Amino acid sequence: MNVGLFIPCYVDQFYPNVGIATLRLLESLGVKVVFPMEQTCCGQPMANSGFQSLSAGCDKNFIRNFADCDVVVGPSGSCVLHLKEHLHSDEQPAEATRLRNNVYELCEFLTDVLKVEELPKARFPHRVGLHTSCHGQRGLKLSSMSELVAPKFSKPEHLLNLVDGLDLVPLSQPDECCGFGGTFCVFEEALSSKMGKDRVADHLRHGAEVITGGDMSCLMQLEGVLRRQKSPVRVMHIAEILTSGN
Amino acid sequence: MDTASPKHAKAAEAFLRDEENTDWHNETLWFVRSKRDRAAQSLPEWEQLREQASQIKAHTLSKLDDYLIQLEENARQNGIIVHWAANGDEHNQIVLDIMRKHKATKIVKSKSMLTEECHLNPFLIKEGIEVIDTDLGERIVQLRNEPPSHIVLPAIHLKKKHIGDLFHIHLGTEAGATDPQYLTEAARIHLRQKFLLADVAITGVNFAIAETGGFVVCTNEGNADLGAHLAKVHIACMGIEKVIPQAEHLGVFLRLLARSATGQAVTTYSSHFRKPAPGQEMHLVLVDNGRTRQLASPDFRNSLKCIRCGACMNTCPVYRRSGGHSYHTAVAGPIGSILAPNIDMKEYADLPFASTLCGSCTNVCPVKIDIHQQLYKWRQVLGEAGAVESTKKVGMTGMDVLFSHPWLYRFAGRAGRWFMQKFPSLANKPGLNPWAIHRDMPKPPEQSFRDWYAQQNQKTNG
Repeated sequence: MNVGLFIPCYVDQFYPNVGIATLRLLESLGVKVVFPMEQTCCGQPMANSGFQSLSAGCDKNFIRNFADCDVVVGPSGSCVLHLKEHLHSDEQPAEATRLRNNVYELCEFLTDVLKVEELPKARFPHRVGLHTSCHGQRGLKLSSMSELVAPKFSKPEHLLNLVDGLDLVPLSQPDECCGFGGTFCVFEEALSSKMGKDRVADHLRHGAEVITGGDMSCLMQLEGVLRRQKSPVRVMHIAEILTSGN
Repeated sequence: MDTASPKHAKAAEAFLRDEENTDWHNETLWFVRSKRDRAAQSLPEWEQLREQASQIKAHTLSKLDDYLIQLEENARQNGIIVHWAANGDEHNQIVLDIMRKHKATKIVKSKSMLTEECHLNPFLIKEGIEVIDTDLGERIVQLRNEPPSHIVLPAIHLKKKHIGDLFHIHLGTEAGATDPQYLTEAARIHLRQKFLLADVAITGVNFAIAETGGFVVCTNEGNADLGAHLAKVHIACMGIEKVIPQAEHLGVFLRLLARSATGQAVTTYSSHFRKPAPGQEMHLVLVDNGRTRQLASPDFRNSLKCIRCGACMNTCPVYRRSGGHSYHTAVAGPIGSILAPNIDMKEYADLPFASTLCGSCTNVCPVKIDIHQQLYKWRQVLGEAGAVESTKKVGMTGMDVLFSHPWLYRFAGRAGRWFMQKFPSLANKPGLNPWAIHRDMPKPPEQSFRDWYAQQNQKTNG
């Protein structure tokens, strides 16, 4: 299986450690991974702003970069969901469909494809709050949703429970949105900030030392609030926690 | 088309200035959402009910013309006078003509979001007619000269103190009194007088049944019944999407409506009207006002399934923190943000963007409207129509160029990180970067992942 590593633009530029942790995690689980060097962005910023047509360049670039890969794995539920739902090509419709059906968010790749049941080296003796990102949860169905009458499950939680010493804190509103929302964070600045503050407060109230999740964009939003509050609480991508102790 | 200004963002910012009030609003609506969850969880067949309701609605919409004609015929046979209105103006004129025919001057109205949508109150008041909203929440906002901020809880943005002050001025209650029972009693006495003197009662319609020609009105206060039974004339106003095929379908919707709206098993009053009482006159006004346009659009047709329970508002993290008035439309919140641009694309171009597309609205919707997907689709329609702010379009065009050219992206990334390292105060200047008003920017790393990866490969290979 030829696995392509998709590192979203903002992770590439601002959080290289998340990319490194993702790569090391996959390699530690015996997966041979390639990182196509010319990849850029999934195109979601344009599409969510009402200009899906302006994401054609991104789509083309994505398809060109990952043409040789059987599957694509990325550490971001939001970007992966965008690709799953909207990756499009007039010239190569079949290739676009193939990639749409074979792109995975990191946690779902670990639980559904690799069927990871143990992470022997992983150790993280801290109180951790899990921010369940909306696109991962409701879009990719990475975990059950509080609105539905359905059995409870969570793929990220399953993975975090494999980490030695990790203490997952409960939250009052486990699937409340963090308020990032792509360009929403700028165009609805006041609302977005308030939502971020409220989300952080839920984690702090329950004694989290670290806030984690599968989407660095949500975590960037929460980090922005935490740093402004000069809080000692840190954010870490789930890949960083799953590789801790290695 | 002129580009719309982001009215919602500005109004939300104003609402958020009183953070304590925002928190109270947020928590109050979350409390209602939690009640809804408990009610839903108490029915193991909840998801099947939603699916059934969604399918009944989909079927009805696929044959809407047939069912409306059937409804009209059966209603007429029952002795109901049926009217058709293409838009809000026609609807208002029909109501006025009925008033004139009866030389009537006083109306008691039970809550109807359709009449809000058509701006019936100001129209009738201008014609010298007294219109009294009789739903308690609606009466409160009416006394304040405000529109409802929520379709089920019209005065949810107000606290007891606001209402105490308002009733002191208008109903003569004691200054400073905030006891809900005392205030409700005062409102009851006030409204009873209005009920007794009204010539005409207007109600909304929750469900109209094609098979029987009757209709159902749901209230928790019984005000629709008081109005309709006391007045000589009853005018029921409905959007054409409110029709359902058969009486047997009612149970599905009545079980879903109240649980989704407030967490109650069923609304206190589900009043069935089928024909006028002896000596009374009953009218049914069927209103289109853009609904057939929505029906003709495969992308947005689903929104016509809406039964106006308000669950999407209660769950919406944006609505909870911005208040209903920030949506500047009769129906606020996620569903309103789909419906409003269909009525006036330019005026409401900002609303499909007043969402993080978190998807909670879609999950609580009792008739399974894909609300957040429709908001996404509206964004595309608005983008193509040139109804999105020009700054956003310029920014997105720039991003398209950047991300379509990997070398440019690499260069810009490096330049951006360099700039942020050298001039952190500029990158964090609220005037230049809205992100930085309430949040800090991430600390820029020395190298990107890509640069690190290339370096590693170089080390390994040579």
